[in-house]
Formats: sequence, C-alpha cells, structure tokens
Amino acid sequence: MTPILSPQGLAGLVFLGCVAMTIAGAVVATNAGRLIRAVTGLALCLVGVAGIYYFLDSPFVALMQILIYAGAVCVTIVFAVMLAEPHELKRIGKIHALAGPASILAAAVLTWGLAALAVKTAWQPAACRANNGAVEEVGQSMLTTYSMSFELISVVLLIAIIGSLVLARAGRSK
Amino acid sequence: MSVHPDVARVIGYVVGTIAFVALNASFLVWLERKVAGHIQRRIGPKEVGPFGIFQSLADGIKLMSKQLIVPEGADGLLFRLAPLLVMIPAVMVYVVIPFGPALVARDINMGILVIFAFASINVLGLLLGGWGSNNKYAVISATRAVSQNVAYEIPMLLTVVTLVMITHTMSLNQIVAQQPTIKDWYLFPWNGSIMLPIGFLIFFICSMAETNRAPFDLGEAESELVAGFHTEYAGMGFGLFFLGEYSNVFVGCALASIMFLGGWQCPFGLYPGVHWMLIKTYFLVFVVMWVRWTYPRTTLYGLLNLSWKVLIPFALLNLLVTAALLKVF
Repeated sequence: MTPILSPQGLAGLVFLGCVAMTIAGAVVATNAGRLIRAVTGLALCLVGVAGIYYFLDSPFVALMQILIYAGAVCVTIVFAVMLAEPHELKRIGKIHALAGPASILAAAVLTWGLAALAVKTAWQPAACRANNGAVEEVGQSMLTTYSMSFELISVVLLIAIIGSLVLARAGRSK
Repeated sequence: MSVHPDVARVIGYVVGTIAFVALNASFLVWLERKVAGHIQRRIGPKEVGPFGIFQSLADGIKLMSKQLIVPEGADGLLFRLAPLLVMIPAVMVYVVIPFGPALVARDINMGILVIFAFASINVLGLLLGGWGSNNKYAVISATRAVSQNVAYEIPMLLTVVTLVMITHTMSLNQIVAQQPTIKDWYLFPWNGSIMLPIGFLIFFICSMAETNRAPFDLGEAESELVAGFHTEYAGMGFGLFFLGEYSNVFVGCALASIMFLGGWQCPFGLYPGVHWMLIKTYFLVFVVMWVRWTYPRTTLYGLLNLSWKVLIPFALLNLLVTAALLKVF
C-alpha cells in the first residue's frame, strides 16, 4: 500500500476528493428542494469533473470547464433564478408510484451501457493524442478540421442573443 | 520518518500561501486606513504598535471572537458556504503566481487561464451570500456585483488574449522572463503593438472593477445598500469576504505587474528577485487605494456604460490592431 505522505498517495487522495465532489454535487443537484441549492450542487459537481480532467492530463479542458461551466453557466442560472423566482419553487404535484423504480432502472441501463462502452472501446493510447491537448493544437484544429462546427456554434449563440433581445423588447413595451 | 521532498514542498507552499494571504490582507487593511487617513488629512490608526501596524491583527482577533449569527429565514447552508466560495478561489490562484524565478508553487504553462478560471468562481460566492442572507439589500447588491463582473470580464479577457498573442505563451514565468529590463516591459508601445499602453489601462480599470473596488464598488454602496452582500454577516464570515477582497486586489495588481511591468525582473537588470515583484505589486495596490479615496462612486448605469460602450470597443480595437501588426511585421 502506498503511504499517504508520498506524491502518489497525495495524488490519490486528491483524486478521491474529486470523485467524491462529483458524486456529492450530482446528488445535491438532483435532490435539493431549493433551486438555488441544486445549482450550487451542479457547480460543485462540475468542479469535481474538472479535477478529473486534470488527472487525465488535459489541464486546458479542466480550466475551461471551471471558467465556462462553474464561472459562467452556473452564475447565469443563479442570476436567472434570482431575477425570475423570488420565492422558493414548490414541488409540483405528486410523483407517480412507478417513477422511482423506473428511474433506477433507466439509471442502471445507462450506467451499464456507458461502462460497457468504456471497457469495450479500443482507446488510443495517451502517447498518440495530439500533444496532450495543448492550446496551440486545440486552436489549430478548431480553425481547420472543426471550423464548420466552430462557425455553427457561433451562429447558435448569435441566434440566442437575438432571441433574448426580441424577448426583452417585447417585455419593455408591456 | 523522512518526508518525501515533493510532499514537503506541497505542505510548505500550502502553509506559506495561506500565511501570506492572511498577512497580506491585514497589511493592506492597515495600509488602506493609513492612505485614507492621510488623503483626508487625518493620521489613521496609530495606537496599536508602531504606526498602528498591529491594528488589523487586533481587529482580526476581535472578529474571530465574535459569534457567527445566521439570520432567521436565511438559507443556513448557503449562508455559511458563501464566504468559503469567495475565499477558496482567492487562495487557489496563488498557486501559479511567480513571486521569483523559482518561487512559484506550480509553474504550469497555462498560468493566466488558472487565475481567470478560479477568479470566475468568486462571483458565485457573492451571489450565494447575497441570496442566502434573505435580505433585500443583499440580493440587490449581489445582482449588481454580477452584472458588473460579467461586463468587465469581457474587456479584461480580450486584453489578456491580445497580450498572449504577443508573448506566444500563457506561462506567467515565461512572460516575466521575456521582460528583463525596463525597455522590454509590455507596458510600452514598441514591444509588439502600439496599443499596449491602452491595453494596460483597460486591464487595470477592469481589475479594479472585478474586485469591486471604489469607484466601482456599487455592490457595497453603503449609502444605498447598508453594506451590500455582506450586510448580514458577523464576525469571521464578514472577515472572510474582506480577506477575499484584499487577496483579489493583490492578485489583480500582481497580474498587472507580471504581464506589463516585468514581474520579478529588476527594471535596470540588477538583482532580480521576489523584492521587485513585491515593490511593483504594492505600488499598484497603492494606486488602487489612491483612486478609491480620490474619486466618488459612479452610478450603476455609468459603470455599465463605461464597460459596454468604452472599454469593450477599445479592447476589440486593441485586439484587431495587434493582430494586424503581428501579421504584417
């Protein structure tokens, strides 16, 4: 057994911490009674996932995960909740009797499918990957190989901005 | 039992960073009160220790001995979580700041990105604190802080992107290494782009706004909002918000001195080291305080207009001109 006070031991501890953060965050996000607590759980979960990316040798993806998801998406959600819903959201209606077992079944199938996919796929060994996700490589493939998807994403964002402007204008004239 | 050198290094940096954050904050509180005093023709704190330098330690002990009260109707969990969410990222960013050629906890090649990634969590702490307090002033203040942070993050990141285009690296230590003497500072227009001084100005204004400092402290406008998002916090809960703010001020100024003023390099090429980093950073901190006690608070619309109508267009122009210059030359 590796002693805890060694580099590997500490790394293992931090890894377990990230996994625990991801799971705890996900549980809070799905079970919290208050919307704003659920968002906090989501933020925790996303930071945990970022930690796992870091362990997979992709610091760029990990940092982008924190910057975009925890720093921007979660803040936007909290902001929207604060503006739109001053009081806590009440749980709507009764849950169907079959909902619990059905969701457990669905989760089990999904987990099994993902696990099978992870085990069965012939993954490329780490050495063959493009320079461990360095910024230059990411930038170059974004503007060459994936330029179509990159442009499409910006069009989607543009439509979202125009849509929100249209909604905001309609609200102002009321 | 012998401890592995890497483990000893980790423990050393963790203890050192936390000690530095706390000491830095207590020093800056004292400095702020002294600067404010002298600007207003007072003398500031003078009773505790020589020149009152131990005043903030006394204040810290007072804050720690106070009870942390959770107001009725507040969301207890989020209320207690918010100061931590402000404090943890504020400490995390010190991991990549190069204080000296070898004095950096982890010199990863995306240092700038680490700082901005963790700094962006800070807002979440303010939001949750404001919301969790169950206080209308706190909620108004939190919404203000967020709209301000979102608005000023854009020109700030655009300026940083422009600088990274010139330096070709995001490693803070390499950026410092590229500026050995005063004529190589990225502050000056002959080092890559004629827009660099404007970039520095935009970055400095944005870092003041991002840390909610006056004249941009709309989030805690005392005359309208009692004390903003930390209205309901007592004792060390308030203390942590304060520590986080001063630590962020230091990080903003440290980043400005690393990116534009050559960090730990001596301007004249003599004895580079941690002292130059501290001299440059604390000089910028002093400028931030000087601005705070000289200019009155802006209005919310003035603040947002400044960002969206002045800083963002100039930052975009900066980006375009720099890109064109880099392409041509």
